[in-house]
Amino acid sequence: MSRYVIGIDLGTTNVAVAYLDQQAEVPEPQLFQIPQVSNSGEVGTADTLPSFLYLPNEGQFAQGSLDLPWATERSFCCGQHARKLGAMSPTQVVSSAKSWLCAGNVDRLADILPWDREESQLKISPVESAKRLLGHLRDAWNQTMDSEDRFEFQEIILTVPASFDAVARDLTVMAAEEAGLSVTLVEEPQAAFYAWLHEHGENWRDEIEAGQQILVCDIGGGTTDFSLIQVTNEDGNLGLERIAVGNHILLGGDNLDLALAYSVAAKLQRERNMKLDARQLAGLTHACREAKEELLRDGATEPQTLTVLGRGSSLIGGTISVQVTPEEAQGILLDGFFPACAVDAEPAQARRAGLRSFGLQYASDPAMTRHLAAFVSRNSGEDCASPAAVLFNGGVSKAPAIRARLLDVLSDWHGAEVTQLAGTHPDLAVAYGACWYGNVRRGNAIRIRAGSARSYYVGIESTMPAIPGYEPPMEGLCVIPFGLEEGTELDIPSQGLGVFVGASSEFRFFASADRQEDPAGSTIPNITDMAGITELPSLSTHLNVDEGDGAGSLIPVNLHAELSEIGTLALWCTESGGERRWRLRYELREGRAPLAESAESHE
Amino acid sequence: MKLLQAWKAFMMVLKGEELVPKSSLPLAPTPTPKPAAPLKPELMPERFEEGAMYTLLLLQREGRLIDFLQESIDGYADDQIGAAVRQIHGDCQAALNHHFSIQPVRSEDEQSQVEIPDGFDATELRLTGNLPESGPYKGALAHRGWRADKVNLPQRTGAVNTTIIQPAEVEVGG
Repeated sequence: MSRYVIGIDLGTTNVAVAYLDQQAEVPEPQLFQIPQVSNSGEVGTADTLPSFLYLPNEGQFAQGSLDLPWATERSFCCGQHARKLGAMSPTQVVSSAKSWLCAGNVDRLADILPWDREESQLKISPVESAKRLLGHLRDAWNQTMDSEDRFEFQEIILTVPASFDAVARDLTVMAAEEAGLSVTLVEEPQAAFYAWLHEHGENWRDEIEAGQQILVCDIGGGTTDFSLIQVTNEDGNLGLERIAVGNHILLGGDNLDLALAYSVAAKLQRERNMKLDARQLAGLTHACREAKEELLRDGATEPQTLTVLGRGSSLIGGTISVQVTPEEAQGILLDGFFPACAVDAEPAQARRAGLRSFGLQYASDPAMTRHLAAFVSRNSGEDCASPAAVLFNGGVSKAPAIRARLLDVLSDWHGAEVTQLAGTHPDLAVAYGACWYGNVRRGNAIRIRAGSARSYYVGIESTMPAIPGYEPPMEGLCVIPFGLEEGTELDIPSQGLGVFVGASSEFRFFASADRQEDPAGSTIPNITDMAGITELPSLSTHLNVDEGDGAGSLIPVNLHAELSEIGTLALWCTESGGERRWRLRYELREGRAPLAESAESHE
Repeated sequence: MKLLQAWKAFMMVLKGEELVPKSSLPLAPTPTPKPAAPLKPELMPERFEEGAMYTLLLLQREGRLIDFLQESIDGYADDQIGAAVRQIHGDCQAALNHHFSIQPVRSEDEQSQVEIPDGFDATELRLTGNLPESGPYKGALAHRGWRADKVNLPQRTGAVNTTIIQPAEVEVGG
């Protein structure tokens, strides 16, 4: 058993690392201070590593100015300095690499980031970006800690959003393996809940009741993630089960800062006929971020002055100063992003332009409460229609006004007051929780039961006489039922599948977060037309010509599915009545434009 | 993944490293992790000038102090200057606190009566007014003094051009 258990929160905006010494008398998660380039030629440590990678042109920086204690002649940097540089040069920085890992409409293994950079210049893939961030953590740890306790040999728990499907999780593990790490995945909202459980020790049972649904509401800098945990009654003991996850919603604190900045810029235009350039707008966004905390404070009455200093050496002459009152800020932020709505509200769909560009699928409706309403309605159980308690996580939830508004909305839906479970460290809870999860995995402490958050289907063409111009309908065979526990394997009953020898065989692959009742082996007719189904990259396998099989012959196979301990999915074709088996792998290189459509229409 | 670990263990044996780390033997007190390479660069006498330049660099980068001091404030109204200064004040204050943690030398309130015994530290205290031949000296505390509790400068790596307080900036494209 390794000495340390390490929890890594690989966030969209910030990475945090917590660790626990299993040899300590009372093992407690502690935060790892991450050394990183803080400015040109300077290295400092901080609680988190901003998830930004800056890829400069050759000769742009003085030799050695991006060096780290463990790496000289570095040609890129990640962390605080990368974030600062990236704010001024967005085409040279890779940000939100994590969200790209679940972007189904691009080739995630290709060198596509930074997205807006010209093709001829240096680009890296989303997987490579994640690998470099993890590599940085590995080297930072090995530099700091005892040489006997190398990062690669510790037990590492890596968090992923609950909304990550099988492919995104697979890519996350791939990035970790490329960084030399073997990891176990845990969902972020669960990790936040584990942190809460740990803080409350034995008293957690006093705060919740059997039969309740608990909403974990994680609103970070760039993304929003919802999960539902059911409190169950098992022979008189309270148990916990994660029953539902939401979609990966690209909406977060950054949107709030931008909204405030744009509305202030509009005010300046109206009242003083002043137009801001890009740099001043960036400065204003930064000032908004700082002022937001004060403006959303409980009982805030003082207007905040936002100051953007003039450019260059004309500091005073170019200074722009504008006041924002708490009423104005709350109006823009609360009513724009957290409007009160009914539980059956649906997020607005943007009008589709004829051509859609590729890239990250930003949420078209900024109202988080409507996204939340859709999530809650979809998952209302028989006993309870909506959550009775909520655990907030993420930087945005630190604002009392936002928490109050969300509690109001949730209480309205529930018909009674909703309990807020108090968590400390909303920025770091996921890292602490992941670390704690690693510690309890082998022990007797309470675990959240969490099976597969989606059901997965393989597409099978129905046998039909060929009709010109008519595509035979495709059936969906359920290979992983919703809720399948990690560490289980299944043989799927034979459905007359076959693979060709000496050629590649491809199967279309689908997932659903809504269809929770389909058992393994059941089929859905006409899967491509069904609501609630998202298509993922197809699966393929290639059979080499073996002795005894002619090329082109068809081998009947069954499907064998496995949900690993670490949280990844594996599918195999096993020969019917034979010994051989072939692994099915994701065909990531194909782009599938229609994915964007189906993903959004099922929020 | 387990295969990866088995391979690593094999390589460790080949290299003669310990498979069972010493740390897994009977509980030893938890050692604190050894910190990264020291974060306080030694300030050698010959690097005194570099240190002084670096302070200017920090205050410019974090508070834009040099921009402010280099600009002529003659043509501006007080409230115009005030708006900018409030911002600079806040930023520079944060920078000072972060890097130097500035504290008063004396804890008493200003204008309160204090008594200074003989043999006081002359680098910390300055006496003015009508001085008797010897102590103890009684008087009013005119200034609490300032002291830097720490010098917390970032660890520097690579080449640093110490004559440059802030590089010139060119915004490319548009």
